[in-house]
Amino acid sequence: MYPALEVRGLVNRFGEQVVHDGLDMEVQPDEVFGIVGGSGSGKSVLLRTILGLQRPQAGTVRIDGSDITRLSEAQLRPIKARYGVAFQQGALYSALTLLQNVQLPMIEHLDLPAAALDELALLKIRLVGLPAEAARKYPAELSGGMVKRAAIARALALDPTLLFLDEPTSGLDPVSAAAFDDLVLYLQQHLKLTIVMITHDLDSIFRTCNRVGVIVDKRMESDTLERIVDHPNPWIQAYFHGERARARTGAARGT
Amino acid sequence: MGVEVRRSAQGVTLELSGEWGARELTDLEAQLAAVDVHAARELRIATAGVTRLDLSGAWVLREFVRRARAAGAAVSFQGELPDQLRLIDETLKDAPATPAPDAAAEASGALSAIGRYAVAFGRDLVLGLAFLGRATSVALASAGGRARLRPISIARHVYDTGITAMPIVALIAFLISVIIAYMSAQQLRGLGADIYVVDLVAIGVLRELGVLLTSIIVAGRSGSSFAAELGSMELNEEVDALTATAVNPYEVLVLPRLLGLAVALPLLTIIADLVGLTGGALLCRYLLDMPLTQYVSRVNYAISPSTFWVGLLKAPVFAVLIGMAGCFHGMRVRGSARELGRQVTQAVVQAIFLVILADALFAVLFMKMDL
Repeated sequence: MYPALEVRGLVNRFGEQVVHDGLDMEVQPDEVFGIVGGSGSGKSVLLRTILGLQRPQAGTVRIDGSDITRLSEAQLRPIKARYGVAFQQGALYSALTLLQNVQLPMIEHLDLPAAALDELALLKIRLVGLPAEAARKYPAELSGGMVKRAAIARALALDPTLLFLDEPTSGLDPVSAAAFDDLVLYLQQHLKLTIVMITHDLDSIFRTCNRVGVIVDKRMESDTLERIVDHPNPWIQAYFHGERARARTGAARGT
Repeated sequence: MGVEVRRSAQGVTLELSGEWGARELTDLEAQLAAVDVHAARELRIATAGVTRLDLSGAWVLREFVRRARAAGAAVSFQGELPDQLRLIDETLKDAPATPAPDAAAEASGALSAIGRYAVAFGRDLVLGLAFLGRATSVALASAGGRARLRPISIARHVYDTGITAMPIVALIAFLISVIIAYMSAQQLRGLGADIYVVDLVAIGVLRELGVLLTSIIVAGRSGSSFAAELGSMELNEEVDALTATAVNPYEVLVLPRLLGLAVALPLLTIIADLVGLTGGALLCRYLLDMPLTQYVSRVNYAISPSTFWVGLLKAPVFAVLIGMAGCFHGMRVRGSARELGRQVTQAVVQAIFLVILADALFAVLFMKMDL
């Protein structure tokens, strides 16, 4: 059994600036893996590399065992159908309704009759907790929280086994963020998804993640949530034991 | 892979196997459709052989079960009901099966289309007037010293719309004078009236074509860039941010563009006139063997003192029309990338239309004034 996602020796450089220098990362099937790191530590670059949006200078990125850094566009196509991505700002296609947004990957990848397209897309929209009325709306007419959910609905269009979330709770109020964490857990448990999420939200990490990878010094330190909070690295200490984190970390220890 | 039907005394058993996923959906649907649900009073479904069942696969199965139940069969699952099926049941339990129909799709037909078009046109007219009013009031306020003129911003727009447009404007002016000279030379030579080629080039370029073609190029270049720039600022809520900090967007965004273009377009027109006359001179020299001195004296004779000014006077008016069309449509962008494209297109089309309309009005006006 392959890991769902395996990154080995990843090197990303932009001119003089080294973003990743031998970064390793491994995500097992059915776990929720959180990626944490300071601003500018290269979380987004890591995600873009994993998604095949940019090629690294060195290293391998394996999704279900196949190294995507060496595949051509055509070979990547079936692999891309196996994962879904919810971008930070939603990245919904603004000229299409929500329903059409969810249908677009299905139309591109699957050969489905129109009725099945409608009903399956609506199922995905209902699944993420959006009302059926939202299906006919354009992204500009949706609230911030709805856009986040809609992005997940579109990411689930092809029934992926691997789901990437880029800062899913950023910009949400604490109540909506908690509801969003519940949604992530609900989907993960019922759809047996592997979830990789970039997040800054400590509440979110403690609520949803099994394991956490922290990008420090151009590499990644990953461990289970219970153990990573005791990691000696000063940045990790500051992150999990800073003023804003203290109450949370204490609570996690108690359990 | 798929569906295997077994009939026994108790009824029909469906043995499902293999992958039940989004990719196999069409195939699975066909296999399920082939199962005769009417023949069976009792239908048992065994899902033990399914290696992977995702939401799409479960949905197909659920639809089939619904059909079978509607046909009067008693459907049961061997073993436990798959988790995915339960998830779909839970998700859809209090929902209408299909989305509400499009509100826009309800009223269709030619008559309602005309009505909608008329209403939209009327609304555009009102909005256009409101824009004109706001821009004018800001312009008056800055003329009266109550709003700030922004010289740096204006200079930037003179550079963007004027200086960078010089090469293309010069090239087009040159080509147009070549075309006029060449075509008229062919006709007039037969009459022995070659000398009138100079009149045609000089008057044509100075009065009409220099300013008109320059305006059309600028409408394409700068009208579109105004609309696209303001439109994406509107999408990014930058215009709202300005308003929220009590900065009038008409003062910082619209007015500098209008003024910048009103400075740049007359200058471009002068360049176009110069290059056009030069092009005419070159062609007369090499096509008609007319000495340069003769060309210059003929130009002097052909044009009246007002010819140049009649052309140049139109430039700032055209500039304001182009700038208005660009800014107006830019600030109307709402919501989507497609809307941005639509408004940019409209800005350019409207700018060119307004320029040509105004040119026609000027032609009538100048004729009445005997200029």
